[in-house]
Amino acid sequence: MTDFGFTINKPRVIDYDNTDKRVLKYLLAHEPSFNSCIFCGSCTATCSAGNFTDFNIRKLKIFIRRGLTEEIASEAEKCMLCGKCFLVCPRGVNNRNIILKVREALTKIESHEL
Amino acid sequence: MNKKVVVIGGGITGMEASVQLSALGYSVTILEKESQLGGHLKDWTVLFPNLRKGTEIVSFLEHGLELQEVNVIFNSKINEIKKINKHYEIIVEGRKTLVADAILVATGFDLFDAHRKEEFGYGIYENVITSYDLEKIFAKEGEIRTPSGIKPKRIGFIHCVGSRDEKVNNHYCSNVCCVTGVKQAMELKTLIPDAEIFNFYMDMRMFDTHFEELYLESQKKYGINFIRGRLSEANETIDKRIVIKVEDTLTSRPLKMTVDMMVLLVGMEPSKGTKEIANLLNLKMRESGFLKPEDDHTMSNVSNMPGVFFAGTCSGPMSIKYTFTDARAAVTKINCFLKEYELQNRILVN
Ligand code: SF4
Ligand code: SF4
Ligand code: SF4
Repeated sequence: MTDFGFTINKPRVIDYDNTDKRVLKYLLAHEPSFNSCIFCGSCTATCSAGNFTDFNIRKLKIFIRRGLTEEIASEAEKCMLCGKCFLVCPRGVNNRNIILKVREALTKIESHEL
Repeated sequence: MNKKVVVIGGGITGMEASVQLSALGYSVTILEKESQLGGHLKDWTVLFPNLRKGTEIVSFLEHGLELQEVNVIFNSKINEIKKINKHYEIIVEGRKTLVADAILVATGFDLFDAHRKEEFGYGIYENVITSYDLEKIFAKEGEIRTPSGIKPKRIGFIHCVGSRDEKVNNHYCSNVCCVTGVKQAMELKTLIPDAEIFNFYMDMRMFDTHFEELYLESQKKYGINFIRGRLSEANETIDKRIVIKVEDTLTSRPLKMTVDMMVLLVGMEPSKGTKEIANLLNLKMRESGFLKPEDDHTMSNVSNMPGVFFAGTCSGPMSIKYTFTDARAAVTKINCFLKEYELQNRILVN
């Protein structure tokens, strides 16, 4: 292939029809409280990891909803599993377990189990 | 002789107020422009927040009217209203002139005409419908089909169509379309359990008792998805599906999604009848065209014309519950007026 010396930008638009919903399906089956989130951001505000890094647990949940597996994978490893987010959530979303299940799903995707 | 009240409009407000005014001993006439009572209520099969049937409310109101002697004039067109001393003369086309000691304006709302948001494709793409059209589909019962005749697998609801939008000159929020969107999403999901449903919103305004609970239930039990982003434009695919383009504001990225059917949650506008009556009676209107009370806090239902009162959605968007409350509140004010108790100064005039 000819090397033109530049690359094309990846489009920023989320093309919902073609994204990968495997993590989402796995989560809906294993942590139903995921559905109750209203994206208020309380979890992000209190998050131990988020206060020192660019980790955003609220946003991660939207990445999961939209099926953005690359973003999910890079985000999910940043959580320290302290559980503070669960304490503040007004909708009882078990964020800590969401992280555990996401990691599980990602492992399964890697080993072609999902 | 009993004092006479003429109620203009036979929707929820007009019906409920007439029942109560008649029970208080006034002689009541309803002027209805259509050939039946009930207004928009007839068009909605089940109601939020408890999914009860709309017809139950209609029966409640009709039963009330049966118990009272309320005179109803159907298919009526008002040509002129004259103030003569302390009463009004209402000239109805082809009928005897009516005399009223007090008038209740209950002329209600019109639904926003979705054709005006051309970029949303209503009337252009066949699978773009309104919340009103969806109610008609629900009323038919049987399997849900899109206008193209397929069983929809993915449906998008668009909030705030014709409300909160400078481009159509409606700056206000229509109050009830958020909860209607949630209600209709749940109904659709019940009828098509494997469908994916997305509500595209700017703010979720679940202001009343049980609305927030309904919203939670729609997520928890029905798996309805909520995406914060306002529709910019819609396109049609070759197989007549609809492509929705929004900003997914909570990831700060543009998002596009193809749906089998797109439902526009149309808002309320002051009805044509409201504007006509306001002109005939010189009533004050807000910039939005809804009727304006003498004081927003203390004089709701009281117009700038002595003896003329108004209630219900001719004064702004409201739910059925508040329409009832407002109708009854107006009855109290009319009763005070006819007993010559002055509301502003809180004194009996005679
Ligand atoms: S605090 Fe709860 S509801 Fe709010 S964004 Fe986090 S998980 Fe969602
Ligand atoms: S459990 Fe993870 S996401 Fe929750 S507050 Fe702790 S670090 Fe943040
Ligand atoms: S009730 Fe909801 S959908 Fe309706 S105008 Fe207000 S914010 Fe928009």
